[in-house]
Amino acid sequence: MSLRESATFDRAAIAEIQRAARTGIYDIRGGGAKRRVPHFDDLLLLGASVSRYPLEGYRERCATDVTLGTRFAKRPLELKIPVTIAGMSFGALSAQAKESLGRGASAMGTSTTTGDGGMTAEERGHSDLLVYQLLPSRYGMNPDDLRRADAIEVVIGQGAKPGGGGMLMGQKISDRVAQMRDLPRGIDQRSACRHPDWTGPDDLEIKIEELREITGWEKPIFVKVGASRTYYDVALAVKAGADVVVLDGMQGGTAATQDVFIEHVGIPLLAAIPQAVEALQELGMHREVQLVVSGGIRSGADVAKALALGADAVAVGTAALVALGDNAPELDAEYAQLGSAAGYYDDWHEGLDPAGILTQDPALAARLDPELGGRRLANYLRTLVLETQTLARACGKSHVHNLEPEDLVALTIEASAMARVPLAGTSWIPGRDGR
Amino acid sequence: MCGIVGLYSKAPGVGEQLGAHLSRMLVEMGSRGPDSAGVAIYRDPVDAGFAKLSLHAPGEETVDWDGVEATLAARFGSARTRLAGPRHACVTVSAEAGELQRWAAAAFPSLRTMSAGSAIEIIKEAVAPAEFARRFALDELRGSHALGHTRMATESRVTTEGSHPFSTGADLCLVHNGSLSNHNRLRRVLRREGIAFQTENDSEVAAGYLSWRMREGATLEQALEGCLDDLDGFYTFAVGTVDGFAVLRDPIACKPAVMAETDDWVAMASEYRALALLPGAEDATVWEPEPGRVYSWGKELVA
Amino acid sequence: MSTMALTTFDLAAEPLRALNERLQAQDGPSQWRVLNPGGRHNVAVGLDAELEVELDGHVGYYCAGMNQRATVRVRGSAGTGVAENMMSGRVLVDGDVSQSAAASAHGGLLVVRGNASARCAISLKGADVVVRGSVGHMGAFMAQRGRLVVCGDAGDALGDSLYEARLYVRGSVASLGADCVEKELREEHLAELRELLAAAEVDDADAEEFRRYGTARELYTFKPDDAGSYR
Repeated sequence: MSLRESATFDRAAIAEIQRAARTGIYDIRGGGAKRRVPHFDDLLLLGASVSRYPLEGYRERCATDVTLGTRFAKRPLELKIPVTIAGMSFGALSAQAKESLGRGASAMGTSTTTGDGGMTAEERGHSDLLVYQLLPSRYGMNPDDLRRADAIEVVIGQGAKPGGGGMLMGQKISDRVAQMRDLPRGIDQRSACRHPDWTGPDDLEIKIEELREITGWEKPIFVKVGASRTYYDVALAVKAGADVVVLDGMQGGTAATQDVFIEHVGIPLLAAIPQAVEALQELGMHREVQLVVSGGIRSGADVAKALALGADAVAVGTAALVALGDNAPELDAEYAQLGSAAGYYDDWHEGLDPAGILTQDPALAARLDPELGGRRLANYLRTLVLETQTLARACGKSHVHNLEPEDLVALTIEASAMARVPLAGTSWIPGRDGR
Repeated sequence: MCGIVGLYSKAPGVGEQLGAHLSRMLVEMGSRGPDSAGVAIYRDPVDAGFAKLSLHAPGEETVDWDGVEATLAARFGSARTRLAGPRHACVTVSAEAGELQRWAAAAFPSLRTMSAGSAIEIIKEAVAPAEFARRFALDELRGSHALGHTRMATESRVTTEGSHPFSTGADLCLVHNGSLSNHNRLRRVLRREGIAFQTENDSEVAAGYLSWRMREGATLEQALEGCLDDLDGFYTFAVGTVDGFAVLRDPIACKPAVMAETDDWVAMASEYRALALLPGAEDATVWEPEPGRVYSWGKELVA
Repeated sequence: MSTMALTTFDLAAEPLRALNERLQAQDGPSQWRVLNPGGRHNVAVGLDAELEVELDGHVGYYCAGMNQRATVRVRGSAGTGVAENMMSGRVLVDGDVSQSAAASAHGGLLVVRGNASARCAISLKGADVVVRGSVGHMGAFMAQRGRLVVCGDAGDALGDSLYEARLYVRGSVASLGADCVEKELREEHLAELRELLAAAEVDDADAEEFRRYGTARELYTFKPDDAGSYR
């Protein structure tokens, strides 16, 4: 009898084959990629000592403000912190969760973003700054909300599934969600992967002009892409007239997508940012067209490293849900009843989230107190910013945007090659100058 | 991702003004393709026994066009050069187009042959369409018909070689709006079949595919119909022929195309606004080509 | 359109921005004639008033996009996405329309006197579309609510992945898309069809000549062999 587990057919692989044979359909789940990929943990910052001088923590100023949309918009988005909330739909999230995000973000002077389900009164009412997404599905899209928005985000793709459309399982299509999306209640809803009325950057340029004409050229137009052929996609978004490019790496979450898509399509954020910055720099548009990155941002260290690589701001999605109370240890018994455990729960599509966040069940959703959720989110964002400032000051920066790739080194050859910063203790960047 | 224009004159007055019309159409499509521009113009057909070669010199060093002409004359008997710009020239040689093109490629390795044939001349460059039209004095060109292209580069570099039109054979060229998704594999197949490629551009593969099919005996129409099976992705193609042009859209047909016809001309463009600039456009018959159907103008599609 | 208080705007002389700004102003004139649209994009987008706007020629992409309340008449053909995401009002096109006409439109009426090309009424969310000619392939793709009336023929894959939109076609249908089936044309359907034809001022087609198509609702939920085991 052998007790040796196969590396190829390990228990997870065997369980997935058995599950597929039983059900005849791919696995759908929420969250982002679970496999290990090169990430910001593989980078380190070079703090100042003799050759560089650090700033005094708590005393000397380290500014964090960021303005998004300086290229064409009459009213750019002025954020107090370089962290914003990524697009997540009402439908995937409860109304209480959307309100919590608005409260938390507004307390910190930053923006939230709608999702594939239209704009709710709760999130508009509680978000001082709200980015309105224009998605292929166009659920709930209307010109009144467009004019009510502070910025418009044309969504081409997201990191969890570049090239794929959205999903919302029937369990979450409540009366209100159904009404907002013009769909029958309770059906599985699969949104389109291409926009219904344009394809490609040459047509996108015309679509962007339409949005500007409808909103009087006031609002910044963001273009969001999932990280894959990033260099080209960012260059084309800029050519099509974007004010801001939002780049979502493969670790970015989703409410419901095929596991095979989440784990096997797209590239890590670490690899994508340098490509995006290279495209912007070649077009002379770095800092003119702002770059917002998302997909696996957890800590101030991640924020500082993303900014050092050239991003203007980051967006958090999964981390914001965790801050609101998703996967909280005190709910462990209830997660166990769903066949999961606190820290592991990813069946976001089922609508049974005991934290009241990823659900449309009124009783579950009522568990989330939006004021409390908002405070938790604000605390989390405040911590992110303090951590980012701490690291920036240690590198001698009076503004977080003055972090540079040269402030970073890599711990692994993979991260070094992808992030294009030297392996720690060397001057070697794999692939650079033919080395 | 790009803009396409095509104009075919049915009346002498239009041919006299061909360059002026083409120039306005091209500039109007400039926002669809700000990276580079190119035109194929069909004019002044050479006598039997002669062929035209459109040459481009990449790089920065000055070109000895007199030397090129002398070399061609020494080999073929006669050669006459007309410069379109410091790096672009059209040479008329007493030679057969195919042989001339092969010989020139070997004799002038630093020059790129952009087209060969009896009437076709190609000019293209990685500059914005308005600047392109001005630099090459498009307004002054006369001819029977022409295609133009403005390029928003998707995945290959912004270079003159990567600009459209792409030559697909004697007096044939192709311009493309869209993005192909199986061009790398197809390029490897075509290379094995002896088709040469100068760029990593997807559109050049479409051009190479047509050249290959026609070399193997297909008519242009058959070769275009073969695209429906063998090219994956999104495309609107316009193909210039010695006496007309052809249009094909992929079966999904997301990339735009508009056609218009009057008694004096036939035209196509990515968008109507480029056609609106033509004389009598307001009374033209205007329609959108159907997906997966080959449209053509001219006497006949070449065998 | 009466000539009383008619305001004329020449797009050959003034920029698009000026036109849209004036049309979007809430206290401006209510009757407009726009000269020389010249295939320009985004003409008369984002209107939100009881205006009557006549466009004297062909227009490009997204004409009357996101329209609310206004009546926009195109004396020519319209490019991609005419009346996209319309909420209310009427858009009337004398000529043909390109792909994605009335894409995602939530309300109002689009009438096309000529033909519509691919993806007419894609993702329709409640608007009505009446095409006097024919429509290209993928008509009413993923259409959710609203009605599409085609007096001519429909191209391939009509109603693919249809939700609850109702489709009426007088001529032939090249093929039906996934989950789209022919349905019985009952009296209530004849009544709504007559209303739509009247609203579109179609006087040369009888409701009885049409056939009705709708969703089979087979794609509304995933259907593995053993549905119980994955729920």
